[in-house]
Amino acid sequence: MANNISKDQVQHVAELAKLELDDNQLDYFTDQLGQIIGLFETLNEVDTTDVPVTSTVSDQLNVMREDVADNWNQKDALLANAPETENGYIKVPAIIDESED
Amino acid sequence: MNFETTIGLEVHVELKTNSKIFSPSPVAFGNQPNANTNVIDWGYPGVLPTTNKGVVESGITAALALHAEIEKHNHFDRKNYFYPDNPKAYQITQAEKPIAHDGWIEIEVDGEKKKIGIAEMHIEEDAGKNTHEHGASFVDLNRQGTPLIEIVSKPDIASPDEAYAYLEALRQRIQFTGVSDVKMEEGSMRVDVNISVRPIGQKEYGTKTELKNLNSFNYVRKGLAFEEQRQQRVLMSGGTIQQETRRYDENSGQTILMRVKEGSDDYRYFPEPDLPALEISDDWIQKVEAAMPEMPGKRRDRYVNELGITDYDAMVLTQTKEMSDFFEATVADGADAKMAANYLQGDVNAFLNDNHVDLQDTKLTPANLAGMINLITDGTISSKMAKKVFKGVTEGQDPKKFVEENGLVQLSDPAQLQPIIDSVLADNPQSIEDFNNGKDRAVGFLVGQIMKQTHGKANPQVVNKLLMASLKG
Repeated sequence: MANNISKDQVQHVAELAKLELDDNQLDYFTDQLGQIIGLFETLNEVDTTDVPVTSTVSDQLNVMREDVADNWNQKDALLANAPETENGYIKVPAIIDESED
Repeated sequence: MNFETTIGLEVHVELKTNSKIFSPSPVAFGNQPNANTNVIDWGYPGVLPTTNKGVVESGITAALALHAEIEKHNHFDRKNYFYPDNPKAYQITQAEKPIAHDGWIEIEVDGEKKKIGIAEMHIEEDAGKNTHEHGASFVDLNRQGTPLIEIVSKPDIASPDEAYAYLEALRQRIQFTGVSDVKMEEGSMRVDVNISVRPIGQKEYGTKTELKNLNSFNYVRKGLAFEEQRQQRVLMSGGTIQQETRRYDENSGQTILMRVKEGSDDYRYFPEPDLPALEISDDWIQKVEAAMPEMPGKRRDRYVNELGITDYDAMVLTQTKEMSDFFEATVADGADAKMAANYLQGDVNAFLNDNHVDLQDTKLTPANLAGMINLITDGTISSKMAKKVFKGVTEGQDPKKFVEENGLVQLSDPAQLQPIIDSVLADNPQSIEDFNNGKDRAVGFLVGQIMKQTHGKANPQVVNKLLMASLKG
């Protein structure tokens, strides 16, 4: 199998997706992802000069709603589905601030 | 070694729409946690977001106010990240084709005007809010999906003072469009800054650092000034700048290292498949433009040319939309424009500063201020009495009623004043003699006596006129 993707790259992608892979899985997915990327390599052979980038395959445009507020009052139902709540908040394990905006 | 500084600002502005950007949940503050959320905001499987037309129109409005080019064909992208403030694990934003690009605003620093370029402006959704307590975090998704615009400056800003002026100008323009309250203290305007320095003549930009925790324009200026000096010192001593994020410490006025950045963030952007692209026609842009409120520059011209106030007054009055609107309403209620301008910049401003309040949070109304000014112009009260009336007006009282209830009406009726003048003259024959001998000071003494008799209520102009007639007659 051609090295279309390295183990390090797969490990990196797994970390971004918050997945823990053991060594067997890492080998397995490196091989599998490599094959998938190989398929795209084939597609890359098509000459796409002057073809605009496709950002959507839908032919719909400007599907919008008017700016009218409507509260569906789903708070209680939604909170009931959260693993843990407190005083109307969703309670989650303590998180260190690594947020980006 | 001499250095030049390059500053870039990313400003997030919260839009004042009725509903969220992709769901009909209300955009409102102060409600119970999670009360303004629905399945779309929580990112439940199978839900479909729908773009709020009002957000797109606000985006067009802001773009026009920033002289930006509107991208006729634009679309949303997904920015992937994991954090509990956003249950979808991605933010819907615009990366590849934002709604507008290449704008500018004008700033003025030390009398010098300069155009600062805007690289791009995009619309996106805000995330929820986390609070941390007792080893746990608590998530409120009310803010999730609140519409934002992000405005990214070009690296044209060359000093902390220019950054400050840019933020002032940006806030003013956005505020006048009415699409946002743009208040940093309430989080409806948020500023991220980056700064680098390089020796003059060097082509490449220096390595930049990012500053966080800048909660006011003033802190932005102070944080940048500290960072500018720090980077220069590091380079002067032969060191190198690391690409890092630093936090501004309000107490010490210093920036403190938070974390070193390694590599760029990996958000794996891709076009948002749930939302059809946007096509903005010229027709639509023209409609939005026609409905746009007047910008500060136009208002200034009108104040000077039609209302006859000075350039300086017009500039001060158009600093904020609230002040400008209040001024116009006061004039519309019949007040003399010059006097309205003076009162707003004088007594009203002093009142706001003393009480640390915004105009719209007071009991002052244009109608009452105009009423008070009219009482001065028609001679009912003196400007000295107006000080007392003004206090009543700040408490929401009707000036006419206040004047009546407190017996502040100025005594201008000659029929009432003449007998008082006659009696004062009868009591002071010496003063009449002094006057006849050319001693003008005697007049001041007599006026003083009359004011005393009337407990300060006599109209000084009328008293003067009647007194002179009596003395000469």
